[in-house]
Amino acid sequence: MTDPVERNPAVADPWQDLRRITRARIALGHAGASQPTRAHLEFQLAHAKARDAVHTALDGAALVDGVDRLGVPCCEVESQAPDRVTYLTRPDLGRQLSERSVGCLEKMGAGPDAPPPDLAIVLADGLSARAVQDHGLAMLERLLKVAADNHWSVAPVVIANQARVALGDDIGERLNARLLVMLIGERPGLSSPDSLGAYLTYAPRQGLHDDARNCISNIRPEGLGYGAAAFRLEALMKGSISRQLSGVSLKDDSEPMVVEEDKARIGNFLTGQ
Amino acid sequence: MGGFSQIAGGERWHFEDLRSLLACATPLRSGDCLAGVAARSETERVAAQMALAELPLSHFLQEAVIPYEEDEVTRLIVDSHDAAAFAPVSHLTVGDFRNWLLSHQADSQALASLAPGLTPEMVAAVSKIMRVQDLILVGRKTRVETAFRNSMGQEGRMATRLQPNSPTDNVSEIAASVLDGLLYGNGDAMIGINPVSDNFAAIGDLLDMLDSVIRQYDIPTQSCVLTHITSTIELIERGKPVDLVFQSIAGTEAANRSFGVSLDLLEQGYQAGLSLNRGTRGQNLMYFETGQGSALSADAHHGADQQTLEARAHAVARRYNPFLVNTVVGFIGPEYLYDGKQIIRAGLEDHFCGKLLGVPMGCDICYTNHAEADQDDMDALLTMLGTAGVNFIMGIPGADDIMLNYQSTSFHDALYLRNLLGLRPTPEFEQWLQRMAIMDSGAGALAPGSQLPEAFGTAIESAIGKVDT
Repeated sequence: MTDPVERNPAVADPWQDLRRITRARIALGHAGASQPTRAHLEFQLAHAKARDAVHTALDGAALVDGVDRLGVPCCEVESQAPDRVTYLTRPDLGRQLSERSVGCLEKMGAGPDAPPPDLAIVLADGLSARAVQDHGLAMLERLLKVAADNHWSVAPVVIANQARVALGDDIGERLNARLLVMLIGERPGLSSPDSLGAYLTYAPRQGLHDDARNCISNIRPEGLGYGAAAFRLEALMKGSISRQLSGVSLKDDSEPMVVEEDKARIGNFLTGQ
Repeated sequence: MGGFSQIAGGERWHFEDLRSLLACATPLRSGDCLAGVAARSETERVAAQMALAELPLSHFLQEAVIPYEEDEVTRLIVDSHDAAAFAPVSHLTVGDFRNWLLSHQADSQALASLAPGLTPEMVAAVSKIMRVQDLILVGRKTRVETAFRNSMGQEGRMATRLQPNSPTDNVSEIAASVLDGLLYGNGDAMIGINPVSDNFAAIGDLLDMLDSVIRQYDIPTQSCVLTHITSTIELIERGKPVDLVFQSIAGTEAANRSFGVSLDLLEQGYQAGLSLNRGTRGQNLMYFETGQGSALSADAHHGADQQTLEARAHAVARRYNPFLVNTVVGFIGPEYLYDGKQIIRAGLEDHFCGKLLGVPMGCDICYTNHAEADQDDMDALLTMLGTAGVNFIMGIPGADDIMLNYQSTSFHDALYLRNLLGLRPTPEFEQWLQRMAIMDSGAGALAPGSQLPEAFGTAIESAIGKVDT
C-alpha cells in the first residue's frame, strides 16, 4: 500500500517575500518541475481579462469633455478601420484617416498662412482604449504645462479612434505641426492592461517609419509615472526642436532621474550594491 | 523569364515570377493576405507548391526575388554564395532536395558542409513543401555550435535566455527576476534585459549590474541589454562592459533601414564587440532578433512573402558569426500570424531555415493578447521545438513579460522540456548549477526539497530584511 499524498504536494519557494518588490510572477513554487495549480489558474484569469480588454471601445465623449475642461480646443477623428476586428487584422487601415476626419482636421487647422504650431498632441486608443482613457488627460495636462513653460504654441488636441501609431503623422502633417506627440494605448499585458505609450515625431508627415520616432513606453502609475514620463518627453522634445530631427539620431542623454511613484528600492541585492 | 506554369485539379495555373511562385506556395498566414501576395485559393496554393517542387535549385542562382541592384541583402546573398559547398545538391530540384534532406545521407555533417552553399530563398522554398514533422526531423539533424563564455548548440542541450525585464528598469525588480531564474536553472544563453528607454546612463547602469552579478557568482553566461546598435557602439566607446551586441534585423535593405541599420553598421557593431575580447570560450557575440512580418510592417517587403523574407534575415545574421539568433515568432501580432496554428508553423519554419543556413537558432515562443492563441498553443510549439533541437528558448517569470506586454515561455517551461526530453543546459552552466547546489547531477530535474543554495541565502535574507523595514 502506498502512503497517502501530502496535503499540498506543491513546493513553495523560500524567496516568496521578494514578490512584494515586483509585479513579475516570481517564486511561484513548483509541482514536480511544473507550475502549481494556483499559479496556473491565476495566469489563465489574467489572460482572460486582457483578452476582454483588447475589445473594449474608447469612450470618446468622455475624453472630449476632459479636454474641454482643460480649456483647449479638440476634435475627434477615426481611422478607416470601421470596427475592432478589422482594426486588428488591417493595420494599413488604422494608419489612414477617414474622409470625415480629414474634413474635420481641415476645419480645425489654422490654415496655410498662419504660423505653424510648435506641438500637436493626439490621444489614441491603439490596442488599449483603457490606457488613454485612464492616463491620457493626466499626461495631456502635463504636456500642456511643458509647452507653456517653453513658450511652444499648441495645435488643437485630436482624439483618435481605431488608430495605429502612424495615424499621428498624418494628423500632425494636416495640422502643419513642427512636433507631434502621440499618446496611444499599448498592447495590453497580463499585468498591465492600461499601459500608455508616447511617440514623438519631428516634422510629422505620411510615410515615415519607426526610425523617425522616439518612444517612451509603459506610462501608468505602476510603471513610468506621469511626472517622470513628462520629464523625459520634455528632454526629447527640446532636443528634437533644437536639432530639428527625431528618431534613432536623437538620443535621450538626460541623467536618470529618481522615478517619483516608484516602489521601494532595495538596489541590486544580489551583489549588495 | 516567362514565369511558371502548373496543371493541377484539371486547371492550368500560371505564376509570373519566382517571387510570386514562392508567395503563392506559402502555407496560409494573415500577413501575406494583408500584403496581397497570398494564393487566392487552396488549390492555387498546392499548384504553386507542385510547380516549386519541380524547380531546379540552380534556378535560385539565376533569378533574384528582390533585384540585386536595389537591395544590399540580395547582393550579400549572391556575392557570398559558396558554389563548391552547393555542388553536391546543385543538380536537384526543390522536391528532390526535400527527399534528400529526409534521407539518412543528409546527416549532421553533410548538412553543416552544405550550409554556405544554400541561399535563403532555397531553404524557404523547400520549407514551403514540408509538413511540420519534416521541419522537426531535418531541424533536429542540423547542429550549429557557437561559444562566448559557454558553448551553445550541442546535441542534447537546450539553453534559456533569462529575460528579467522591469517596466521601470528598476534594479531591485530585475535582481529578483534574475534570482528566480537562476534558482530555476535558467540563464545559460544569456541574461538579457529589454530596457524601457534608450537613456545612455540607465543602460550603462544595467550593463554594470549584470556584469557584477555574473562576476560575483562566477556564472558561465553572458549579458545583453537590448538597445539600438548605435547606442551599444557608443556604450562600448564609453567603456561599458558589453558582452553581446544586439540588433533587430530583417530580410530587405529597406526594412533594415526602417530599423536604422545597414550591413556596414552591423559590421561596425560586430567589430566594436570583438575589440573588447570578453569571450572566454569563443568570440561569437552578435545577438539578432528576427520575426516573420517585420518587412511588411515597415512597408519594405517588395511583394515577397514574409517567410521568404524571414529566411533572408537569417542570411543577414549569418554574415556576422552570431552567438544566437532569436525568432520572436508571435510578438508581432495577429495581422501577420493570426492564430496559434500560424504561429506554431512559423516558429518551426524559422528554426528549420535558420539552422539549414548555419545560423544558431532559438525561438521566443510567444503570443500577444490580441492574437487568437493561448498557453496550449505555446505548449505545442515548445514541445515540437524541443524535439527539433532548438538552441535556446526564453525564460521569463511565470511566462508574463511585465515590460513588453506579451507572453513567452516560463522558467518552469524549460524545466518541463528538460525533464520530458532529457535535455540538459549548456555544459559549463550545468556544472555551475551543480556546484551551486541548484540542480541535481541527474538529467536536469530540480534539486529535491529545493533547499536554498548557500551562496544566494545571504543575498535573499538581506533583501527580505530590507523589504520588511
